[in-house]
Order: sequence, then C-alpha cells, then structure tokens
Amino acid sequence: MSKGTLFDKVWQTHRVGALPSGQTQLFIGLHLIHEVTSPQAFAMLRERGLTVPFPERTLATVDHIVPTENQARPFSDVLAEEMIQALEDNCKQYGIPFNNVGSGRQGIVHVIAPEQGLTQPGMTIACGDSHTSTHGAFGAIAFGIGTSQVRDVLASQTLAMNKLKVRRIEVNGQLRPGVYAKDVILHIIRKLGVKGGVGYAYEYAGTTFEQMTMEERMTVCNMSIEGGARCGYINPDQTTYDYIQGREFAPKGEQWEQAVTWWNNIRSDADAEYDDVVVFQAEDIPPTITWGITPGQGIGVDEAIPTPESLPQSDRAIAEEAYQYMQLSPGKPIQGTKVDVCFIGSCTNGRLSDLREAAKFAQGRKVANGIKAFVVPGSEEVKRQAEAEGLDKVFTEAGFEWRNAGCSMCLAMNPDKLQGDQISASSSNRNFKGRQGSSSGRTLLMSPAMVVAAAIHGTVADVRNWID
Amino acid sequence: MTQVKQISGRGIPLTGDDIDTDRIIPARFLRCVTFDGLGDHAFEDDRHQRKGDHPFDQEVYHGASLLVVNANFGCGSSREHAPQAINRWGIQALVGESFAEIFFGNCVAMGVPCVTADSEDVKSLQRAIANNPQLTLTLDLGTLQIQGSDGLTLSVSMPEGARQSFMEGLWDSCGQLVTQIDAVRDRASQLPYLSWA
Repeated sequence: MSKGTLFDKVWQTHRVGALPSGQTQLFIGLHLIHEVTSPQAFAMLRERGLTVPFPERTLATVDHIVPTENQARPFSDVLAEEMIQALEDNCKQYGIPFNNVGSGRQGIVHVIAPEQGLTQPGMTIACGDSHTSTHGAFGAIAFGIGTSQVRDVLASQTLAMNKLKVRRIEVNGQLRPGVYAKDVILHIIRKLGVKGGVGYAYEYAGTTFEQMTMEERMTVCNMSIEGGARCGYINPDQTTYDYIQGREFAPKGEQWEQAVTWWNNIRSDADAEYDDVVVFQAEDIPPTITWGITPGQGIGVDEAIPTPESLPQSDRAIAEEAYQYMQLSPGKPIQGTKVDVCFIGSCTNGRLSDLREAAKFAQGRKVANGIKAFVVPGSEEVKRQAEAEGLDKVFTEAGFEWRNAGCSMCLAMNPDKLQGDQISASSSNRNFKGRQGSSSGRTLLMSPAMVVAAAIHGTVADVRNWID
Repeated sequence: MTQVKQISGRGIPLTGDDIDTDRIIPARFLRCVTFDGLGDHAFEDDRHQRKGDHPFDQEVYHGASLLVVNANFGCGSSREHAPQAINRWGIQALVGESFAEIFFGNCVAMGVPCVTADSEDVKSLQRAIANNPQLTLTLDLGTLQIQGSDGLTLSVSMPEGARQSFMEGLWDSCGQLVTQIDAVRDRASQLPYLSWA
C-alpha cells in the first residue's frame, strides 16, 4: 500500500473512524450538488426525517439541464423548470447556499468552485458527478458519487469509503507546440486503458504537470475517471497558491500563511511509496483525437484509424463495435473526416484559458459552410471575463454561436443535441454511444484548438499547420 | 435492515466490455425528480438499435434476476439512475468480469450485490444461460459461489467489506454514518480549513 503520498495524508486527516463493514467513514470538506443527481437524495432525507448538519459545507448550482440560449424563467422546457424548482426548494428548506442562473455565480459545478476559491489543497470533495476528479488539480481528493451517497453526505457530511491504491503517473519534458493538456490526458488513457485506473487514485507528477497552469491541470484531472480512476490529483505548489490567493473563499491575512504551511505539508513526501509508477515523455505526445466509442480509443491526429489486426485481441470486439457505430473505416487517416457540429465547452475545456486559446485560432477565420459551431462558457464568470476581452466577438465573427453557461452538448440534457448520425468535434470528455443527445450521434474528442481547426476546415485537421 | 445473503432466479447475459452508464440509461431519462419508471428505459437506445435482439427485449429473459456482464461494466457517469434502472427492470444482483467503482458503490448503497469472476467463467456462464434461459441460478454470498439448477458451480469474488455489509444487512450506510455525528464534529474541528474565510 502507498505511504506518505498526498492521498494517504488527506485520507488520514479526514478519517472519522472505521465502520462495521470495515470501510472508512470519511469527512467530506466540500460537497457540491446540482439539479440532476440531488432531488432523489433530498426525497430520501425527508423519508427518513434526517437533517443537514453542515449546510455551509455544501454549494448548489444548476448546470446539466439549463438552456444555453433563452434562460428566461420559467424555462420553456417544463421538465427543466421542474428540476430547477426542486433544487431551489431543497436549498431553501435546508439552508444550502445556491448559485442560481443569473446570480453571476452560476456555472458548471467543476468550474465555479475553483473560480470562487472554494476548492483548496488537502480537502476532500464529493459531488454527484463523476468529473468531480477535476478538483484534484489543487491537491484535493475529489471524487464522484451516486445519489444515495449524496444523501449520506447531506445527512452526515461523511461517506463510507474504501481506500484506493495510488499510481504515480509521471510526465516529463516540454509539450510540443499545438499539444495541450487535453492531449496529455487522452494519451494517458489511450496507453493505460479505460479500466487501467480501477482501484487507483492517479497522482500526476513530473515537470510537464509542474509547468501547467491550474486550468490545464484541471483538464487533466477532469478525465481521470475516463481512465477508470476514481480521482486524480497534482501536488499543490506555488502555481496553485497563486491561483487561489485573493479569490472570494480563499483564506486571508494570517490564515493565508497558515494555509500555505499546511498545504506544503500535505504534499507527497519525496520518499513516498506508490502502488505503481508509470512514466511518459511529453515530446512523445501528439495532438490526440478519439475515433471510437470509448475515451481510450484515441490516436494522434497524423495516424490512421487502427485496423483490428493492429489491436490486442482483448480490444477487438469493442473496436468492431466502434467501426460500425462511428461509420469510420479502419486503416483510413482520421484527418479529413468530415464533421457536422463543433462544440467548445464542458467541465473539461470550458474555462477562460480554453476560450482564449481557441479564439487565437478562430481570429480572422471563418467556420466552413454547413458546420454548426458553438461556444459555451463554463460559468457566468467565464462568460463575463471572455466578453470583457472581446473573445465573444472573435467567435461570432468567425461564425461560432456564443452561448450562456452550462454543460450543454457534453451530455445534451438541454436542447443542444446532435441530430441523427451527425458527427461532432467536441472539447468534452466522453464519446460514448448516444452521449451528445442523439442515439446514433457520433463524437470525436479533441482539444479546443483542434475543434476550431475542425470547424474552419469542416473536417478533422491538424492545428499544428497554423503554428509557425 | 435487510440482509442480502442469497439471490436466486434466472439469469440474463449481456455481452460486451466497457458498457457505460450513458448506454444503461441515456441522459434524456435523467430529466426526472424520482427514480420511478426508469426500469422501462434501461438500455433504451441499445434496444432500439438491436430491433428486439437485445437481451432485455427477449421474452425468454423476462423475469430474470441475475445480470451477467463482462469487463468494466457501468463506467462513465456517476448517475445512480443506471443501477436504479437495471434494478427496477427486475435485476437483483450482477455477475461480471469487473465493475466501474462508482457503479459498484451505487449498487452497494441500493442493496444490489455485484460479484466478479474470471473472464472465462463469466463467458461460460453467459453461454450456459443463452443455451438454457430457464436455468435457475443461486448466488450465495456466504460461500461466494453460484450454483446452477443443472449442476453448474462457479466461484465468485467480492471485496470483504461489501460482502459483510450484505450478509449483516449493513449495506445502507446512512444510518451508521449519522449515528457518529459527535465523532464527525470532532474530526471537523481538527480540520484547519473549516475555520478559514
């Protein structure tokens, strides 16, 4: 078992005790809730007559179901209206802070908690959403939970958990131009597989991650779950502290100094022991894109779609299913594949730096004829800042639609959906069958810069051709 | 609370690795404030695409209680709607090569055991059910074995903590967690960040 890692230290610090099942009762420092996975949890609380002892340690917002075009209340979608009302009523009844649409603080739950300074190193964070792993970028242990567990956290501020093993994933060196954090995580999942992380927390370490901004680190940690890991984290450092300092919920004054001391202590020790270690070189990572129906089915943009013979026997059945569903031919280059829809947004790539980077490539160019391209900021704050910088104009002049904050077509619980077997270039995190709102819709995952390249060309293209 | 020691019933095989929770219950069915009625929509898009050929649509498997799956079942989204849909369709236990962790945890919290077996054993169990859908299977969490009415015997695994939870009826952790509220408050008082900002 691992020893002396950040994971071990945070686990120990939050351990309330052992349960009769042998599991650990773990204190949850920050609980994030949204409209989709919480209503049944509140119903269970009422059924059992339970209260919420730490309402101030929970934050609610709406992200999955909110429309990104017309947000006037009541929503024209009656089911969406019913869900948002349920959350409003539940938060009111139990005294839980709620960042509603129009508050200036609403957005994707994994975007707003960091931007308000709520996400901090050394915390345990849980949310009824598998991409809670995002918050690990700050050196928090953050994981997704189901609705019964949302009930457990509401009722006790704790969870029954089994300790995970820790795998250190080291990436060293300088990423080549046109290669982004998204490519790094798609590459890791391609190499370790979609179930490679089952039973593990992933510790991302090495000079490549050390050089990344907090927003890039969030992109990496966000997709830990796509590799089967329950959580992923990066040890906190000066980059982390610089990001947090001055934000609304950040410690201030004397407490700031105490915080930094504590955060430095929570880092993995230099001689920490890991259950597993893997090492990659940054220079070996190409702009990566998925061609199939799991996030592990990725290739470099220069590569061809793999043939069955080139794959290990164990990967062939799912590859056959992918060729058929994606209507793509093995052996054919992925570049040049025609796309219909281009989506920039989601908790993976809907932050300000993603929009800035995408806008660089959209500037002065035009979206190809017949392509629907749209940008959905991750939060109201991201939208406000992007507009202050004029990014909205860059996008709209290039032919992208500019929307309001939400999860949007990452999982298409709102009106943004693929139609029929449309194929999308998407900056989101999942290319599962039917994920983007049509039961036959197809998704190619890639970085926001690559989504812009696809939008301008109308086909999958290599963004490096625009880089000198 | 209810002890879960033995589950008996007919099986239903569902082949394929990496079957994600978006496939188990597509996102559009998450637009609800209760889990009621989700059973009707389990695997809805897969069923539509297979035009009646999906095991959940085959009459011989109606009324089955043990779902037999392959590797990494339930990966993807944390939505508890997925195991709820399967359970409300009628499934009381799952046997598979491996399960995604959040899915497994959700099943435990619902009182639905998920056990694992070797890849070859799972595949042969799937074949045995396909050849004889009337076969009655008994999953015994005490002996960690599956017995078939035709004499089939199979060893399965489950993490000991989860197994004990089912055997002793402690799988619904909520009750135990709330009784420790003093210890929880004590732990909270020692966390520096709870007093910041």
